[in-house]
Amino acid sequence: MLDGATPSVLDVKDLTTTFKTRVGAVHAVNNVSFNLKAGELLGVVGESGSGKSVTMMSLIGLVPSPPARVTGGPVMFEGQDLLTASNEQLRKVRGARIGFVFQDPMTSLNPVFSVGFQVMEPLRKHMGMNKTRARARARELLDLVGIPDAARRLDDFPHQFSGGMRQRVMIAIALACDPKVLIADEPTTALDVTIQAQIIELMKDLRDKLGMAVIWITHDLGVIAGIADRVLVMYGGQIVEHAPVRDLFANPRHPYTRALLLTVPNVRGERAQRLRVIEGQPPILRAAPTACPFRDRCEHAFDRCSRENPARRLVGPVHDVACFWDPETGASSDV
Amino acid sequence: MLTFTIRRLLMAIPTLLFISLIIFLILDLAPSDPTANLPLTIPPDVRADIRASLGLDEPIHIRFALWLQQFFVNEPLNLFEHWTGWNFGGEDRTRVISWQTRSPVVDIIAQRMPQTLWVVGTAYIVGILIALPIGIYSAYRQYSIFDQAGTFITMVGFSIPPFFSGVLVIVIFAVQLQWFPSVYDTTHVVIGWDSFVIQIKQMILPVMVLALQITSQISRFMRASMLDNLTQDYVRTARAKGLKESTVVLVHVLRNSMIPVITVIALGVPQVFGGAIITEQVFKVNGLGHLLIGAIQSGDLPTVQTLTFIFAVLIVLFNLIADVLYGILDPRIRYD
Ligand SMILES: Nc1ncnc2c1ncn2[C@@H]1O[C@H](COP(=O)(O)OP(=O)(O)OP(=O)(O)O)[C@@H](O)[C@H]1O
Ligand code: SF4
Ligand SMILES: [Mg+2]
Repeated sequence: MLDGATPSVLDVKDLTTTFKTRVGAVHAVNNVSFNLKAGELLGVVGESGSGKSVTMMSLIGLVPSPPARVTGGPVMFEGQDLLTASNEQLRKVRGARIGFVFQDPMTSLNPVFSVGFQVMEPLRKHMGMNKTRARARARELLDLVGIPDAARRLDDFPHQFSGGMRQRVMIAIALACDPKVLIADEPTTALDVTIQAQIIELMKDLRDKLGMAVIWITHDLGVIAGIADRVLVMYGGQIVEHAPVRDLFANPRHPYTRALLLTVPNVRGERAQRLRVIEGQPPILRAAPTACPFRDRCEHAFDRCSRENPARRLVGPVHDVACFWDPETGASSDV
Repeated sequence: MLTFTIRRLLMAIPTLLFISLIIFLILDLAPSDPTANLPLTIPPDVRADIRASLGLDEPIHIRFALWLQQFFVNEPLNLFEHWTGWNFGGEDRTRVISWQTRSPVVDIIAQRMPQTLWVVGTAYIVGILIALPIGIYSAYRQYSIFDQAGTFITMVGFSIPPFFSGVLVIVIFAVQLQWFPSVYDTTHVVIGWDSFVIQIKQMILPVMVLALQITSQISRFMRASMLDNLTQDYVRTARAKGLKESTVVLVHVLRNSMIPVITVIALGVPQVFGGAIITEQVFKVNGLGHLLIGAIQSGDLPTVQTLTFIFAVLIVLFNLIADVLYGILDPRIRYD
């Protein structure tokens, strides 16, 4: 198991991302701080629009800018701050040191290039391989992610693959250069249940085999329970709770996390029940938050919650929560 | 793909026959008379003889069959003989004869074709070569000064008709600045460097006018196609791989964006052969557009008919080419 002594591979401080749109600003990510330890699997949960994808894409400059503006930091990775790094330096990190698997496998591959070409691209770019070597390695990678008959399928095009197989290709691309960190943005959401289970098994397997750290974004607390070491719960562009996975399930502190756990379907696979069963709408952040973003939907809200945005406070050795309310006493703390 | 192409080619035959019938029937309604231009002193019975000698007193289906034979059998055989120097005893084959000039229409077209291809073809190529980078860059920097300026200029290019822009460039470059001639000299022959320079000079103004139109259309199209693709998920994947921005845009995005653009370019080629009627008139380019207008004005039905039909063939052909290109460029398309 991981302990406090394991070094961080990624250290994010006060990451903030704002979009300037025609209808006004969207404060999608607000002062997000977290770290990722070597070999660890960090789960990120939160309902749609809570800023999970934007947070992770902001780290390595993948949010379109304009309209996005990423501030705060530093985001320390391998001794450099990714937010102030030049484009050239960032490109050496992307795809080589940090791999990214996106939400929708159906559209994430380029339809007009063969799968082999797309897997070989990072190999040729970052590892300086020639065509023959890159091709051999691409075949190995497709094997690794469990694509049958890999040698022959290299010349096929994405539309000749099923959704699950395309997601495997995406994973192969992300893994191509042996990254230190793999960010998987809802890698299984678009897939059906059995394929999901296969992909999850595959990722666990690969993590153990290759020893990389993984950030796994999902809607699904069931998935998190099965694979994560630590969990970040996001709401309204902020981290509202952070805990080792066992603590989170045993002792959830934030009213949002508690509501989430109540909505987890008890039969694995009954995934019609998404997080949105919590009453009310997620907030659209037009301005930097000055109050608790969850207050309109919170059953424990009181005055202070609309005057002040709660800071994260420790409630255990590696457990913190951004809320004024204390579930043990039922009282509001630090009034 | 091959079976698709062959099937489409076979399907083109009835299509073209039908088109030729329609053209024939419509032109038959025209009150044109090949003897109308002859002196009034020629007595009516001589006129009737002339008409009979041209086969005009036959019923319409016989005339159509005759035209079909002339156009699809005699003319190709003639061309073939001409190219190979062989002879199939072609002296007595009847050809499609122009009423106006009394010489075979196909020979006239062969004479006029180079003028059109030189001017309109060059304009098409120049227009496309200018349009593509403009379209790509405008999309990549959407709403930038460059894009706004591009939008403005292409709007102007769209909306100014060539009879205005043609006269405008003549006034500016030919009359005021006297850089280029205002009239295209069809009889000019390129024999060396100097005459080549003269040829280029006389082509510049008509090419400029036509290229403005072509650039306007294609660059808009290119821009729209790029914009469609720039926001696709696969572009983010390409960036996440750490590829250079130029690779992302010019390999990943461009390859996808070119698919519809190339088909549009292919579909536009028949217009090149069709000649730019107005521009050819303005600059007195003696090309196919010019020929068609002249033939219409003098009621020269065989010429009108043949030209119209050749355009129809080209349109059908380039539609097929566009489809085949689409199938080659887009791996998702399967034609079997
Ligand atoms: N390009 C953009 N322009 C403007 N707003 C954006 C843009 N991209 C994302 N946003 C906004 O940022 C917020 C966070 O979006 P994000 O995609 O990070 O959510 P998410 O947690 O990943 O949701 P999901 O689970 O649906 O993927 C949303 O309110 C979204 O509308
Ligand atoms: S701070 Fe207040 S409103 Fe926000 S979650 Fe806690 S109790 Fe609810
Ligand atoms: Mg997302």
